Amino acid sequence: MFDKIFPPKQVVLPNGKTVSEKRSRTPLIFVTVLIAVYLSIRFTNFEFSLLAKRGHEFFAIINEMIPPKWEYLPHLWQPLLDTIMMSILGSVLGSLVAVPIAYLAASNIVKNKVIVMVARIFLSILRTMPTLVSALIATFIFGLGTLAGTIAIFLFTLAYVGKLLYEQIENASMGAFEAMESIGITRIQAFRYAIFPQVLPNYLSTSLFCFEGNVRYAAILGYVGAGGIGLLLDEGLGWRDYASVGMILLMLAITVFLIETVSEYFRKKLI
Amino acid sequence: MNAIEKQLYAKPSKNSYIYVISAVLLGLMIWSLFVIDFGSMEESGWAIAKNILLGIVTPDLDFLLDFTTQGVMYLLVETIAIAFLGTILGAMLAIPFAFLSASNVVPKPVAFITRLLLIFIRTVPSLVYGLMFVRVAGQGPFTGVLTIALISIGMLAKLFVDAIEDLDTSIFESMTSIGCTTFEKIRFGIVPQLIAIFLSIGIYRFDMNLREASILGLVGAGGIGAPLIFAMNAYRWNEVGSILIGLVILILIVELWSNYMRNKLVRG
Repeated sequence: MFDKIFPPKQVVLPNGKTVSEKRSRTPLIFVTVLIAVYLSIRFTNFEFSLLAKRGHEFFAIINEMIPPKWEYLPHLWQPLLDTIMMSILGSVLGSLVAVPIAYLAASNIVKNKVIVMVARIFLSILRTMPTLVSALIATFIFGLGTLAGTIAIFLFTLAYVGKLLYEQIENASMGAFEAMESIGITRIQAFRYAIFPQVLPNYLSTSLFCFEGNVRYAAILGYVGAGGIGLLLDEGLGWRDYASVGMILLMLAITVFLIETVSEYFRKKLI
Repeated sequence: MNAIEKQLYAKPSKNSYIYVISAVLLGLMIWSLFVIDFGSMEESGWAIAKNILLGIVTPDLDFLLDFTTQGVMYLLVETIAIAFLGTILGAMLAIPFAFLSASNVVPKPVAFITRLLLIFIRTVPSLVYGLMFVRVAGQGPFTGVLTIALISIGMLAKLFVDAIEDLDTSIFESMTSIGCTTFEKIRFGIVPQLIAIFLSIGIYRFDMNLREASILGLVGAGGIGAPLIFAMNAYRWNEVGSILIGLVILILIVELWSNYMRNKLVRG
């Protein structure tokens, strides 16, 4: 299409041959992006003057956060622990349930195309749902509290680990699997002894990585009433008690950093 | 005992290690079970679950295909606009940060301090930035753009740094030896090496930002999140169904497009 509107440039080489050089597509892409930026600015009422006029307010808030309010610390332990427990439970259960679903979604193990398609569409839809939205829905079904948050984390972990796991299963070498099947072992047993050991280190590492991310997500789930430290964040910001917010953010940063360090250590060991 | 069995038993046993790890994991899991209070679950839960499913199966089609400022289509376009503009702003801000934290460009202490700053920017949850910017710019999509731009910096800069530190510097030496000016060195030595990777990272982040933009509406930062929460609080499940369907389809399409574009960019 593009080559028809802008015909390729003909270049005559010194030896008399002609070669055609395709026109660069950069100007077209550039113009498209510019138009998109212009439209986005119109759609979002982007106003630079407002930012210049009131931008200092943002830094004023940050200024109030420093120094954090240390007296607030004793109130923080319980919600912080809740947040961590929610992520642990949701991540462990999610990664466990991900195994059978990834098995069903792997096209080299399950030969029935319908089952594979259904499992994959299920995982895709779960994955596209933002965690906060699933938490919101869960609060309606399971009531306000940590159960809703755990369910949201469980669903996200299931989708994320499930997708990566079935891709790894499909890339696993099938030799041992076929050999075991040929001597009369059932499909599930062959999967257990031939494929599972191959994908196990990657599976554990993915689950750990997902757990790291879940601690961050769990921190904001409280905003929709799904338990954990997010509720305090919301309250602090609502009452403009920025010093407490600073304390919460500091604790959150330390927790996330610690968990990431531990998990990174184990992930390096696994691979 | 034949040779095969001997070999089997000669395998180093890591069982005790595995048992300890499993026990710790099981202990953690049982400990975290205490966090769940099943008491909060009400009888009405199942009725609501049924209504949500019914709402998704029978969406409000007029609302879904409505192109006026109240309809799902307009809100989705607004969400895309927020994510797009936020990604572009974030990428532009991330580039100087990336060069400032690349240890082969600036001295080590500067790189270290910039990195620390980036880690802190990344740790603060996006909703917190959203709530802070609502105080600055008021409710509306503009707030969403600012928030997305700020939260993109952290990850974009980190990935950009990896690309910058992988730069092939032998090219500069050969360009210097044939007498290229500084501008030519940047244009033909640095830009071609970086542009494909930067674009691919940017597209990936756009994909993520779309999800962020869709939830930022919950704090009043524009996009589809606010109508979603209003519809839920009013128990209008048909509207909830149409919003969710629109959102899921949009995110799936953008994800497919982003995977396709990134494959094309990386493989040339």
